[in-house]
Amino acid sequence: MLRFLATRLSLVIPTFIGMTLLAFFLIRLVPGDPIETMAGERGIDPVRHAALLKEYGLDKPVFVQYGIYITRVLHGDLGKSMITQTPVLREFLALFPATIELALCAIIFALVLGIPAGIIAAVKRNSVFDHGVMGVSLTGYSMPIFWWGLLLILLFSVQLGWTPVSGRIDVKYYIEPVTGLLTIDALLSGEKGAFKSAVTHLILPTIVLGTQPLAIIARMTRSAMLEVLGEDYIRTARAKGLSSVRVVALHALRNALIPVITVIGLQVGVLFTGAILTETIFSWPGVGKWLIEAINRRDYPVLQGGVLLLGLVVMTVNLLVDVTYGVINPRIRKASS
Amino acid sequence: MSTPTVTIALVETRHRGPWREFWGYFSANHGAVAGLIFIIAIMLTAVFANVLAPYPPDLTNNAVFLKPPAWQAGGSWAYPLGTDAIGRDILSRLIFGARLSLLIGLAVVVMAIVVGIALGLVAGFFRGLTEIAIMRLMDIILTLPSLLLAIVIVAILGPGIMNAMIAVVIVVLPHYVRLTRAAVITENSKDYVTAARASGATRFRLMFAEVLPNCAAPLIVQASLGVSTAILDAAALGFLGLGAQPPASEWGTMLADAREFVLRAWWVVTFPGLMILLTVLAFNLLGDGLRDALDPKLKR
Repeated sequence: MLRFLATRLSLVIPTFIGMTLLAFFLIRLVPGDPIETMAGERGIDPVRHAALLKEYGLDKPVFVQYGIYITRVLHGDLGKSMITQTPVLREFLALFPATIELALCAIIFALVLGIPAGIIAAVKRNSVFDHGVMGVSLTGYSMPIFWWGLLLILLFSVQLGWTPVSGRIDVKYYIEPVTGLLTIDALLSGEKGAFKSAVTHLILPTIVLGTQPLAIIARMTRSAMLEVLGEDYIRTARAKGLSSVRVVALHALRNALIPVITVIGLQVGVLFTGAILTETIFSWPGVGKWLIEAINRRDYPVLQGGVLLLGLVVMTVNLLVDVTYGVINPRIRKASS
Repeated sequence: MSTPTVTIALVETRHRGPWREFWGYFSANHGAVAGLIFIIAIMLTAVFANVLAPYPPDLTNNAVFLKPPAWQAGGSWAYPLGTDAIGRDILSRLIFGARLSLLIGLAVVVMAIVVGIALGLVAGFFRGLTEIAIMRLMDIILTLPSLLLAIVIVAILGPGIMNAMIAVVIVVLPHYVRLTRAAVITENSKDYVTAARASGATRFRLMFAEVLPNCAAPLIVQASLGVSTAILDAAALGFLGLGAQPPASEWGTMLADAREFVLRAWWVVTFPGLMILLTVLAFNLLGDGLRDALDPKLKR
């Protein structure tokens, strides 16, 4: 087990270095030097330019600069936003709960619908329901989610008037952040109607962000279930005279869920990618929208720090999934060490 | 392995011919055939866009802002799918958009295949440090969320259709490198490669003439599925304002333009997205069909 952990951890370090290199060179690969880039079209006078070069350590050799950068990163200093002058880490931490709340709701939505749909499709193989689920899931998998979001707004917000078009909560509420998850904070605040407002704001973004994971989880559950249902021990269980429900729920599902759990873990990357688009469509104040705005404003420190932080989150979650998987399944542990 | 079933399959293959056999498996999958037909249709549309489209894609007409589709009140058959905010015919823009979107999808996959095969072959043949360096780099690319990485690359290179394509190529590259390397390593241990090596084939010949053709099947499947990813990612970049720039009639860019009219003109939003969905779906269906037909493990 220790060896497995060591192998897995040793893979993380080069990946981390690679990501810091990417973030470090991000600003240096943009044509022109970083100071000019930051100054943008306003331009900058030569004296101030030289002073700033010195201040940021940009007059030193590149590898020294990288050394300075990585020391700062390891101390949690990711620089300041050029627009707001707030530290990038603080901005990230303030916005990240909104993204987490959205991503959590999306993955729960995908699980609650995807796993039962996959199981029923596998048990009733080649039935109308099976073909339906597979058709819908392939469509969901092919869905341009930015368009899907606009369609849902068109239907539910514009035509039916059921859900709000954008934001996290109605502007008339001010909720003191406690957990950062607005639905929970709204409940805690005890303000009348705040919880309902937060939930209705969440519905459409959840569906949009959850669609691709839902499609993937339904397909994955179905194929894992089909494989398990063909095993000898299932036949034995049936031969013993156990009821169909018992065979499926107790014997098959447990083993079928192992690959599904891995897939769920790997959805983190998909979720963040989707969050960038979903947050842009619904003006959801999370890190995805923040990054896109940083690009549009040429706020390079935010982009640099944000990319590194998001990459770290994804890397950590993937690592946790891998390790958990190794703990559950000894065969994986043995194979990779 | 010479189990009886395999022998029978081989005998059957011999007198059916590889193409007939492939088509036999492929055509059994109705979804895949439907996907193929749609792709052929959309390719023909792209090629004959000049003939098919009623108007040039950039022609604005002051008299017809946001005209609804023909079947709705206020619409006319002169503009079957309506017009956008500056009076351009949506149908014509969709038809020319097919050109752009297919071009992006195919060009990205071709570039990714060429670079991916080269890196994969090198990693599989030379092993050691070269292999470690290439594969670690691919791992890093895979760790970052794909669209995020693409956005960063575009932020570095500047928005535009060419840079968006380069960004998508880099993002999808690891899949091709990994597939090629894995296939090369499997093939390398087989007798025919040893025989070729023993008879004095150069390393170059071994790589391209002996091993590569035998790695084709998984790459073809990945390529077909890859076109859909490429179209989807490029459209997402277009939608975020980082891909093809207006007035280009790329479907994702058209959606970005249409966003502000979502409250009053459903047609400017609906049709470009529908085209993206159908095209991506068609390539995914085709890819699934190809995998079933080409993967010997799944054959009955």
